Amino acid sequence: MARRTTEHQTRVGPTSPSARRADPLDVDALLADRRTNIIVCCGSGGVGKTTSAAALALRAAEQGRKVVVLTIDPARRLAQSMGIEALDNTPRPVSGVAGPGSLDAMMLDMKRTFDEVVESQASPEKAKQILANPFYIALSSSFAGTQEYMAMEKLGQLHREHVVGAAGGRPRGSKDAATYDLIVVDTPPSRSALDFLDAPERLSSFLDGRFVRLMLAPARGPAKLMSAGFSLITNALTKILGAQFLKDLQMFVSALDTVFGGFRQRAQQTYSLLQARGTAFLVVAAPEPDALREAAYFVERLSEDGMPLAGLIVNRASPAPESALAAEEALAGAGRLDSDGEGALASGLLRLHADQVRLVERERGLRERFAAAHPQVPTAVVPALAGDVHDLEGLRRIGDLLAEASRTTG
Amino acid sequence: MSDWARVQLHVVTGKGGTGKSTVASALALALAHRGRNVLLCEVEGRQGIARMFDVDPLPYQERRLTTGLPDADGGKGVVHALHIDAESALLEYLSMYYRLGRAGRALDRFGVIEFATTIAPGVRDVLLSGKVYEAVQRNSRNKGAIEYDAVVLDAPPTGRITQFLNVGGEVGGLAKVGPVKTQSDTMMKLFQSPQTAVHLVTLLEEMPVQETIDGIAELRAAKLRVGGVVVNMVRSRDLSADDLAAARAGTLDRGRIEAGIRAAGIDVTPALVDGLVHEAREHAERRALEDRLSEVVGTLGVPTYELPRMSGGVDLGALYELAALLRGQGMA
Repeated sequence: MARRTTEHQTRVGPTSPSARRADPLDVDALLADRRTNIIVCCGSGGVGKTTSAAALALRAAEQGRKVVVLTIDPARRLAQSMGIEALDNTPRPVSGVAGPGSLDAMMLDMKRTFDEVVESQASPEKAKQILANPFYIALSSSFAGTQEYMAMEKLGQLHREHVVGAAGGRPRGSKDAATYDLIVVDTPPSRSALDFLDAPERLSSFLDGRFVRLMLAPARGPAKLMSAGFSLITNALTKILGAQFLKDLQMFVSALDTVFGGFRQRAQQTYSLLQARGTAFLVVAAPEPDALREAAYFVERLSEDGMPLAGLIVNRASPAPESALAAEEALAGAGRLDSDGEGALASGLLRLHADQVRLVERERGLRERFAAAHPQVPTAVVPALAGDVHDLEGLRRIGDLLAEASRTTG
Repeated sequence: MSDWARVQLHVVTGKGGTGKSTVASALALALAHRGRNVLLCEVEGRQGIARMFDVDPLPYQERRLTTGLPDADGGKGVVHALHIDAESALLEYLSMYYRLGRAGRALDRFGVIEFATTIAPGVRDVLLSGKVYEAVQRNSRNKGAIEYDAVVLDAPPTGRITQFLNVGGEVGGLAKVGPVKTQSDTMMKLFQSPQTAVHLVTLLEEMPVQETIDGIAELRAAKLRVGGVVVNMVRSRDLSADDLAAARAGTLDRGRIEAGIRAAGIDVTPALVDGLVHEAREHAERRALEDRLSEVVGTLGVPTYELPRMSGGVDLGALYELAALLRGQGMA
């Protein structure tokens, strides 16, 4: 018997209603939830990640939270306005915060953080040896990826030492009971921003790698452990890089061997801290194909690793045009006008309008595509400001826009 | 006549989000005319070139990508593409210079290649820029390879570019003698010579302009050759200076607008005029900021080029349009 299908006909294709979309991202609810004690902002470069992180931190502080914001590379004037232009790796109070809470800010000093890890893990003598090694110097100051590790190391440190409830009750080493109840972290602007997720595994595979074990062999046991294959390698390396290179490297690897165990353990702790329910990841993007593609990558990666994703912030959205005139009509009209004489003003305005409509349509299309693929991600769309943000007033405005976005975008 | 006629290596950098990959691609198209061969390389593992030109992901192998932008007589050249990754570059380097054979395989087996490209500091940058160097200064070891008239590098962002190109400093601290030291010195010579130009892409926004200023200072301090500044995504210039000022002050002549719209055959409603006036004001505010930053860029003492904001996005056709604009302004 033929079934009537008209009643429950399901549409397929682009105009079909999508799976249930998540509610808009409610920033204020996230900040007000006392259980949230870490917010990590990630995303590609140039999307306003640092500004978003600072704006969220300020908003939380003005709503009564005790906040510290850890930034990587803030624009100079923004850093100045927050009083953190001196890079000393210590949180400094930000003045001008209105409201019951408090805000401290710090800029990450990658090399110094690394040095501190070495110093805390190795004996003073060994630490001195490591800090002076040319490999260590290059690794700690320039190696791509170090910044990501160190941002997470610093986050773990702040959490251990200053946040109540971490690692069994009272925080260690702080003057008062709980310096902070919320840490906001800005991650480095690169795809490898999520490299910290791999840190424990990468450290393990590094330490257990055959090459490292062979490099360590002379220090650990009789020379006969060195296989014929390995001397082939050392000969080749000496030929290419010079003997000093190999000597420095060997020293570096064996010296770090003692430090890495503790290092690995800490990386693992930070990893589970990120997975815990007090953590919220926010992916930041701009309405551009590249930035949204990166955002999709972040979203997928975070869910694969079981990291708690709170939502997506789309910054720098073009403001919707005020009048409903279609782009084609505006352009056709402009074409009928003399662009030099009397009609110049109207023609210019119509062209501007058409441009604006197209831009907004394109951005909406890009966002829709993202939402179709990731319907479960709560999103907040923040309109672009005319100028850059470099004071607390500007950050407050961004914070307001973020909160408003939860009421207007869907 | 191109401003960079002697340049063989064009390095294109810029803050994230400024569109440096777009500019690098457009520049490659603009340089490829009259039978010239141009190589477009990327080193960040993002496969941006493949996406931009809508082709399959690129291997570690030079591939013919497309024909360049023809000149007035229709003379076209060819753009080739190469995706450089550090691991392949190291293996190629070892076989090209050392014919390592057994030892080369042993290096791989013992995880040295992986070690060198993921953990060993600075080595990665040297391998990537080393391959770029090889493509510019072809030598007899690479038999049958194309000799390019120009190489365009879609480079790491402004914040990392000096470190990326400053291989002498990077390797110098680690390998004080030996062939690698000599080779990195030769690479430095090219990067510091007039055959190289490092172009910076910026937007007319405060942070990208500030990074451009800082980037130029860092490049100069490392004696690397600064090329031009490409100002990307510039807003349209549809309104006259007087009208812009009036739009900012809120004193645009509504009567004139209404008459104009009517003449254009569009129904005049107060809401439409209000909307247009409001849009004009926002535009004028941004344009004022852009003009101020444009002046700042003008004081940097390097040639500048402008590309418009493409409201419909950048597709393959738009790349050729941008290429024509760059060539028209003398960048290629």
